[in-house]
Amino acid sequence: MQWVSYLPSLAQGALVTAWITLAAIAVGAVLAFVAGIARVEGGRAVSTLALCYTELFRGTSLLVQLFWFYYALPLIGISFEPVATGILVLALHVGAYGSEIVRGALASVSVQQFEAARALNFGRMHTLIHVTLPQAIIEMLPAFGNLAIETLKLSSLVSLISIADLTFRAQSIRNLTLDSAGVYSLTLVGYFAMSLVLMLVMRLIERWARRGAAFPRAAHS
Amino acid sequence: MTENATPPLIQFAGVTKRFGALTVLDDFNFEVAPGEKVTLIGPSGSGKSTVLRILMTLEPFQEGRLTLAGMDYQEPAGTGPFKASERHLRDIRSHVGMVFQSFNLFPHMSVMRNVAEAPVRVLGLSRAEAEARALDLLALVGLVDKKDHFPSQLSGGQQQRVAIARALAMRPRVLLFDEPTSALDPQLVGEVLAVIRDLAHEHDLTMLLVTHEMRFAREVSDRVCFFDKGRICEQGSPEAIFTAPSHPRTCEFLASVLG
Repeated sequence: MQWVSYLPSLAQGALVTAWITLAAIAVGAVLAFVAGIARVEGGRAVSTLALCYTELFRGTSLLVQLFWFYYALPLIGISFEPVATGILVLALHVGAYGSEIVRGALASVSVQQFEAARALNFGRMHTLIHVTLPQAIIEMLPAFGNLAIETLKLSSLVSLISIADLTFRAQSIRNLTLDSAGVYSLTLVGYFAMSLVLMLVMRLIERWARRGAAFPRAAHS
Repeated sequence: MTENATPPLIQFAGVTKRFGALTVLDDFNFEVAPGEKVTLIGPSGSGKSTVLRILMTLEPFQEGRLTLAGMDYQEPAGTGPFKASERHLRDIRSHVGMVFQSFNLFPHMSVMRNVAEAPVRVLGLSRAEAEARALDLLALVGLVDKKDHFPSQLSGGQQQRVAIARALAMRPRVLLFDEPTSALDPQLVGEVLAVIRDLAHEHDLTMLLVTHEMRFAREVSDRVCFFDKGRICEQGSPEAIFTAPSHPRTCEFLASVLG
């Protein structure tokens, strides 16, 4: 029953993992909406800027991004706490992938909805906020659920910039005890339990968003 | 000068509309008097829906001049496909409403919100004023009891009646109907036509109707225009067009649709 003694330390690490993941998802979701909407609604300059952001962060390694923000950025005088760096880089990653989800969902709203909004003389902002986004968000939710779980799993990389997350704690305990099987099994269970909770929360949000009769497809899914 | 005492509300003067190499409206001339009910008929692809879509500013046109209540659609210094600023287009749109073939209700809003939303967001009415206006209009189309339903819970005919109420809530001077019954099951056509028939008695409302319901067109219109290849080939009173068409294309078309 040696493994019971690992639990307090692993639980502390899991808390750090949960905090970094949730913060990254929250900040990343904001970035995703800003960049996704900029892609669809912005003028040429704004949408190009958003495209550059998306492609830059989708096209480079998350681990290298972490190292770059943690080790390279301080060389030009900008440095953050390790946890802040971890959250920032993960959020930029979520924002880049999420902006594609937002853009795709907005583009999937039928052109007839835009025409109806125009015929009622809605302005562009009103059309976006009251007509297209509420319909698009429903379409985004399953993809955002996947992205949230992906983020949880990718957050293990922050252990490499000396953040004491679940993976980092597991490494430390293993180095002390050499009980690889016990420690890593528990760690896997920990990630799985957290992703189950995330999955459940996303399901609830999805069900809440599809509540009532507005989107009857919920009845079949 | 007695005949031309009231200037036309809508005036197309030499309007040409092209989609790429395809000319949809060709040097098109057309006038509508205030309060007039005009039906546009003709084979598909003849440009009748395009006339409505241009009036609603859903489509730009390339040449000619279009005015509504004396307002030019294109501005002298206008840019972009519409050759007009968004603000100018919104001024024009405030006079025009449209009912679409596929209803185009907002699926995430209740019937009440579908009708009341634009008066609140665009006209700046209070929620209470807008809902009072919406209730009056839902009474007009016979759907007060469905006010809390969502579009997905309504039949096509009911959805189209909500769409008519939604367009009327903006108090347009001109209401455009683009094949309002073409997407409906035959047994639901009647209820929508009944609502449009009631509106046809509204003295002030100018109506342009694109339809394949010939008997209905004959009943409600002041004037019927037969379209062919991007132009009005023949127009006149419903009696004249339906009983004594003079142009061979009109005769051919009416023979084909009236069986």
